Amino acid sequence: MAGQQYDAIVVGSGISGGWAAKELTEKGLKVLMLERGRNIEHIKDYVNANKEAWDHPHRGGRTQQMIKDYPVLKRDYPLNETNLDYWAVDKDSPYVETKRFDWFRGYHVGGRSLMWGRQSYRWSDLDFEANAKEGIAVDWPVRYKDIAPWYDYVEKFAGISGNRDGLDVLPDGQFLPPMDLTCVEKDVAERIKKEFKGERHLIIGRTANITVPHGGRPGCQFRNKCWLGCPFGGYFSTQSSTLPAAMATGNLTLRPWSIVTEIKYDKDKKRATGVTVLDAETNKTIEYSAKIIFVNASTLNSTWILMNSATDVWEGGLGSSSGALGKNLMDHHLGIGAGGIVEGYEDQYTFGRRANGFYIPRFRNVGNDKRDYLRGFGYQGGGTRQGWQKEVAEFSIGADFKEALTEPGVWTLGMGGFGEMLPDPTNKVTLDKTVKDKWGLNVLNIDCELKENEIKMRKDILADAKEMLEKAGVKNVQAREGDGTPGRGIHEMGTARMGRDPKTSVLNGNNQVWDAPNVFVTDGAFMTSASCVNPSLTYMAFTARAVDFAVSELKKGNL
Amino acid sequence: MINRREALSRVALIMGGTVLGAEAFLSGCKTDTKGVSFSKDDIAFLNEVAETIIPATTTPGAKEAKVGEFMQIMVSDCYEEKDQAIFMEGIKKLDEASKKLNSKGFMESTPEQRNTLLVALDKEAKEYQAAAKPEDPKHYFTMMKQLTLSGYFTSEVGATKALRYVAVPGKFVGSYPYKKGDKAWATS
Repeated sequence: MAGQQYDAIVVGSGISGGWAAKELTEKGLKVLMLERGRNIEHIKDYVNANKEAWDHPHRGGRTQQMIKDYPVLKRDYPLNETNLDYWAVDKDSPYVETKRFDWFRGYHVGGRSLMWGRQSYRWSDLDFEANAKEGIAVDWPVRYKDIAPWYDYVEKFAGISGNRDGLDVLPDGQFLPPMDLTCVEKDVAERIKKEFKGERHLIIGRTANITVPHGGRPGCQFRNKCWLGCPFGGYFSTQSSTLPAAMATGNLTLRPWSIVTEIKYDKDKKRATGVTVLDAETNKTIEYSAKIIFVNASTLNSTWILMNSATDVWEGGLGSSSGALGKNLMDHHLGIGAGGIVEGYEDQYTFGRRANGFYIPRFRNVGNDKRDYLRGFGYQGGGTRQGWQKEVAEFSIGADFKEALTEPGVWTLGMGGFGEMLPDPTNKVTLDKTVKDKWGLNVLNIDCELKENEIKMRKDILADAKEMLEKAGVKNVQAREGDGTPGRGIHEMGTARMGRDPKTSVLNGNNQVWDAPNVFVTDGAFMTSASCVNPSLTYMAFTARAVDFAVSELKKGNL
Repeated sequence: MINRREALSRVALIMGGTVLGAEAFLSGCKTDTKGVSFSKDDIAFLNEVAETIIPATTTPGAKEAKVGEFMQIMVSDCYEEKDQAIFMEGIKKLDEASKKLNSKGFMESTPEQRNTLLVALDKEAKEYQAAAKPEDPKHYFTMMKQLTLSGYFTSEVGATKALRYVAVPGKFVGSYPYKKGDKAWATS
């Protein structure tokens, strides 16, 4: 079945797809945005957003039936009763794990922009230059000065709250007013600064929650229910931000239930001509054509599409001529940290529910610090006063016990590390030969694990957390050494990296596929290395930059 | 995707992994659930057990929060089969313990007798859990107590009357005055 002609097609509607659609439509292009799952309309379809704990039969927990139905999602916190509809159904969309990889997906309009953690940090040249300086993988074809104006641009639109901390490793941005640190966080921040002579910092998290009205959105109400979808547009998502902007141009067509199975490629013109869509409801095949294609299907699914495209020219798919397609899969490794009790502050409490925490930016392998591993890590955490879940030693049951539980307990402060994972070609995805999904499509095989560098780093993450908290006066500090299985960071990156040489990279420095200049990949797949900061803001900036380049090239007749 | 995860993990960490609320989110149950059936008498019984743990005071107790009904739902839907068996058996064991200690069934006992019994069972359960390995079965009274606390404090009466709850705070204050006797927030 023949479809229509558009100026541009955007594959995927998550954080980067939404940005691509906004930028392309605002530049006057007629755009088709394809989403493999159902539509979720802003506010109207946030069906649980105004429910309280007691409105859920299991108070937000998980049932045995859910555990049975979601063999992957059950591995961590995402499996829960309150936003189950926002997570992909594992049994419909299986994948093969040569090594365990926890892949938590959102297959609907908005993708994981609805459930994301919203932490938004800039990279610095410490990150962009690392591969070149250390001889790891390939050099980034981009430096901080190239992307800084685009960080400015996306921050101003998305609305990032944060404090201007003046740190080299974590450049300041265009921030809305910061959220408050709690009294014990301020205390520990001061002590860390003093103990570590100004070389380590505890700062308020920089988050895509708007602390003042912004872009027509009323702003964060401090309910801490972000992942249900926010009726106040309190945080950046496709639905709250980029989709309405794209729709307002009159240039956007959004088509849910559209699984892109292939990018059509004309080998004579060396250009993509469009995409093939499998309608997820009717199983019918439709073709759409366009001058430009933005691939934003989420890291691993973007690579899956490339692998299934132009296979008559390259057996391994579009972009495989480099040998880099599918390789160098990365995540952030976490699950390690420490926590304890902060004494005092009995006359202090908090008001409101802050959907944010504190951040301790990277300090290892910075300046003169040299470790027996490369790169570094940051910590995210919080200092809060205990509620009813505290332990009451004096009473076992009864009225006194109840009264004791209804008063707040001691202040606790804890944090967990987010470590950089090096690109490694043996961490990879391939197309599996046997397993098919619900639609009869081939699936990915994921083969990824933490290597020596990450394992060494984890020792520091643990020891440094404990040492810092103890030096900062935190009592009864307990270390936590948890599961570092890749995927759990939900920051899949790499597998279609950018570089300076078509022989070793899938994309050039403008996110353009070397072998098909009118195809751009601007989700996490393009990442040449991983840094240790949350990646979404960087996807936004690179997407806006790539659209600017693409449209200018189109106008010059180069695409 | 971080704050929520870190918050939950932190609770579990600080509390040595024994916390109910966090555990309900994070526990990785493994097997299918088989039907368990609760009679009306069972639910009434569980409501009285819960009320003894969290009695009505100046604020409503566990019975008004329908904790017995909550236990039925949680045990039926969320418990693994082996834990369901321990829990159902526990209802009988608790009543037998009552007969032994107070010479009458739990439902026939006075509030004082019920209190004495559950204080003793709480001690027994704590001693048992302290010696148990992670893979050992849980004590039935530990289950009942945990379900009582999570069921009560996440109920509407528990959250809004025994604790404080503001649905739409509208702001966050990191240093907010507190004086002894002020209630804890239902959730942070």
